[in-house]
Amino acid sequence: MFFLDHIWIIPLFPAFGAAFMFFFGRRLQKSMVSGVCVGMVVLAFAWACVAVWQYTGYAAANHGQPFEKILFTWLGTGDNGVIYPTHIGFAQFHADAGFLLDPLSSIWLLFVTGVGMLIHIYSIGYMGHEGGYYRFFGYLNLFMFSMLTLILGNNYALMFVGWEGVGLCSYLLIGFYFQRHSASTAANKAFITNRVGDAGFLLGMFTIAWYFGSVQYTQVNALARSGHFAIGDPWITAACLLLFVGACGKSAQFPLHVWLPDAMEGPTPVSALIHAATMVTAGVYMVARSNALFVLAPNAMKTVAIVGALTAIFAATIGLVQNDIKRVLAYSTVSQLGYMFLALGVGAFAAGVFHVFTHAFFKALLFLGSGSVIHAMSGEQDMQHMGNLLHKIKTTFGTMLIGTLAIAGIPGFAGFFSKDAILWETWSREAGAYRYLWYIAFLTALMTSFYMFRLMFLTFWGKPRMSHEVEHHIHESPKSMTMPLVILAICSVGAGWLGMPHSLGGSNRFEKFLEPVFAKEAVVLEQGGKAAQVAAGEKQVEHTDPLEYLLMFASVGAAVAGWWLARRAYENADKGYKEPIRDISPRFYKTLFRKWYIDEFYDWFVTGRDKLAGVRLGAMGLGEAMWKFDAEAIDGTVNGAGWATRESGTLSVWWDKWIIDGLCVNGVAVVTRLVSYPVRVIQWGLVQWYALVMVAGLVCFVVYYVVRW
Amino acid sequence: MTPIAPTFFFYFLAFLAVVSAIAVITRRNPVHAALSLIVTLLSLAGLYLMLYAPFVAAVQIVLYAGGIMVLFLFVIMLVNLEKNIREYQWNKQWIVGTLAAVVLGGLLLFVMRRGYDIFPTTFAGLPETQNTQQVGIWLYGNYMLPFEIASLLLLVAIVGAVVMAKKRI
Amino acid sequence: MAEITTLHYLVLAAALFMIGTIGVLTRRNVIIILMSIELILNAVNLNLVAFSRLYGLHGQIFAIFVITDAAAEAAVGLGIIIAFFRNKETVNVDEIDLLRW
Repeated sequence: MFFLDHIWIIPLFPAFGAAFMFFFGRRLQKSMVSGVCVGMVVLAFAWACVAVWQYTGYAAANHGQPFEKILFTWLGTGDNGVIYPTHIGFAQFHADAGFLLDPLSSIWLLFVTGVGMLIHIYSIGYMGHEGGYYRFFGYLNLFMFSMLTLILGNNYALMFVGWEGVGLCSYLLIGFYFQRHSASTAANKAFITNRVGDAGFLLGMFTIAWYFGSVQYTQVNALARSGHFAIGDPWITAACLLLFVGACGKSAQFPLHVWLPDAMEGPTPVSALIHAATMVTAGVYMVARSNALFVLAPNAMKTVAIVGALTAIFAATIGLVQNDIKRVLAYSTVSQLGYMFLALGVGAFAAGVFHVFTHAFFKALLFLGSGSVIHAMSGEQDMQHMGNLLHKIKTTFGTMLIGTLAIAGIPGFAGFFSKDAILWETWSREAGAYRYLWYIAFLTALMTSFYMFRLMFLTFWGKPRMSHEVEHHIHESPKSMTMPLVILAICSVGAGWLGMPHSLGGSNRFEKFLEPVFAKEAVVLEQGGKAAQVAAGEKQVEHTDPLEYLLMFASVGAAVAGWWLARRAYENADKGYKEPIRDISPRFYKTLFRKWYIDEFYDWFVTGRDKLAGVRLGAMGLGEAMWKFDAEAIDGTVNGAGWATRESGTLSVWWDKWIIDGLCVNGVAVVTRLVSYPVRVIQWGLVQWYALVMVAGLVCFVVYYVVRW
Repeated sequence: MTPIAPTFFFYFLAFLAVVSAIAVITRRNPVHAALSLIVTLLSLAGLYLMLYAPFVAAVQIVLYAGGIMVLFLFVIMLVNLEKNIREYQWNKQWIVGTLAAVVLGGLLLFVMRRGYDIFPTTFAGLPETQNTQQVGIWLYGNYMLPFEIASLLLLVAIVGAVVMAKKRI
Repeated sequence: MAEITTLHYLVLAAALFMIGTIGVLTRRNVIIILMSIELILNAVNLNLVAFSRLYGLHGQIFAIFVITDAAAEAAVGLGIIIAFFRNKETVNVDEIDLLRW
């Protein structure tokens, strides 16, 4: 049990690679860089294989229990941790640095390290001529470390560490060519949109911590399955919806899908690894991990299913008209993720996980193949300028064809089994309650097939539409690039066989492997009372419904129809070929081409980057309004206070000048002078005045005596 | 036949006195004023004669007109009045001054009218020919003291005038 | 009109007195003022002599003394004028204002 016991070493391998690049990468040669980093991932993969092998033995011995290894207490010690009130009492927040391995995380562990290893090998050839070689591999290893932490953690907090880490690495890698403005903008968009989802994740985690008193998976699941909670519990529904918001951000569901197509600004291996196979599946992983909670919240599951289905068809419609080869694949990823959430939403957890598993292989294959095509075309990504590469890059063509067949759902290839499982579950769950979603999923399958074959026809068939210079340089990619393609192609075929359903004569090993993880719920329609759940691990009787064959036939028919329509429109595409949708309705074509104007909507109403009718709305509009308020109202008030002070100063001046100086000081002087004037005249100095006064006095005297007489 | 000579002479002399008195205060040239004053004095001397006082009339002519007015004329000559003759003659308080004086004059007349009844109606017998002798007797008899004091006063006046007019004391 | 009574003389004396007072109060030339003062004194003399006809010789004696006084006073006054003229070159009484504020 050595490798299993030391499962915590697995994330440390790429962490070491990243640290090594951080400290010494600049001075190393390219061979050293690739040797260290790729070697680390190879080691991680090898260790993972052995660990999973050892786990199967462990699980057989312990009735399918998950293997848990706690290294140390990360948050919250025995005596002085954070004590917070839950709705049933007080609890201490406790999160360990612990690692959990059960069937769910084993699947993820295997394909993350496996596909990651292949993509690392591919990157040696693809990035061989680029600058920043050591930086690229450093980030890629950092990403592997974060992703492994995410899937191996035993509690929501540690998962969140990994969650944030993959978001960070996504930002770093999308903006790898940071000198390009479009790249840095796309990196910002990815990170910010992720952040919106992270807020939901955090709130969901807090709700769980409050409601259950713990964030550890085993404890939460035990509480949830104990029958203590009623189905449709509002707090659990709230927690699940909040967690799903996080999943939408990370897995690019509507309306937080906007970052994934722009993320194609990063190098192709990044698109393959992060945005096809691994990071975007983190949301699916999280929902699958919380299945015990989701099962208790039927409204949340309905929401998941509806959002997944709508995203699937929404992205598929946009993918029909895109011209950039990587963008078509990006929308395809969004659409397929919608399928996965649809599966989880209707309760078919195993089918959803199976689709993740197969999708990882064929989507990575398609992305790497497109990278090979771009490499051959000397950097040209626009399909309008490709054509007739069929005979020139044979290996790439062959592998991409296999990948296309897989995604379209042609029987025998991986995608057929997984997609078909999803469609069947959608039709049949809850006695046909989700049937309307089946129609949407069916249409999406048709469109998927159409746009994938459109991609193939435009790229490899038809007349060459590129410039002559580019045409001369077309060459097959080096072995380091083609070898992973071949391996992935083999996996795209073989992976499907693991999930061969009972209807086609296999025992669905994949589903069986996952049985200990998913509780098989009996009824999740709203019926009061406690959950009558079938405990995890109980076997359900396998039986095949004849309808399943009919639906299988229908989905294959849809795939073939898509191929045929694409062939009709694009097989002989020459310069200036026509898009059939544009011919039917140019307006509709434009709407699809502009991605249903979602980005414009966000720019107007959410971020406020563009003004709507001269008014800036959204977050920046709020900022502008605040700025205007501050500048006018608050600064106006401040200025007004200053003005008032100045005016009061003027008033004081006036008061001082006129009232104090004028009235009080000068006034006294004036009054004194006025009073003194009459008194002065007594001593004029003029003799005749004295004589006059004498005469006047005499007159008065005489008058006085005459009157008295 | 009623005697009209006293009446005529009185009015004639009175008219003369008043007219020349007005001339005194209104003339620009002080010499003219001084001469008008002499006329006034002479007419007053005539009036004294009519009042049976020949000695006073003589003293008036000799002393007043012959002494004081000559003194006035000397000083007028001493003082340079060329500039003064051309200036404005009346001062700033002439309205009020005139008014006060007129009021005073009116009051005097009023008092006289009112109190005239207590005057005796008969004249005292005053001999015309013996007037000087009588004045002499009275002057050196009953009025000896005022006479001496008057002479002392004249002494003081002389000394004072000399001192005042000297250039260097 | 027929009889010249004492009142006539008194009225004349009052008129002369009034004229003299006007001269004193209104003229700027100090010599004229002195002459006006002489007028006043003469009016008083006339009064005295007019009453002496009623009451005896006393009035006349008094009139002689008044004349004596007038002489003395005129002399001193004119001396003052000469002294002042030497100082200020003017005989205008309102320019003699050294003691004025």
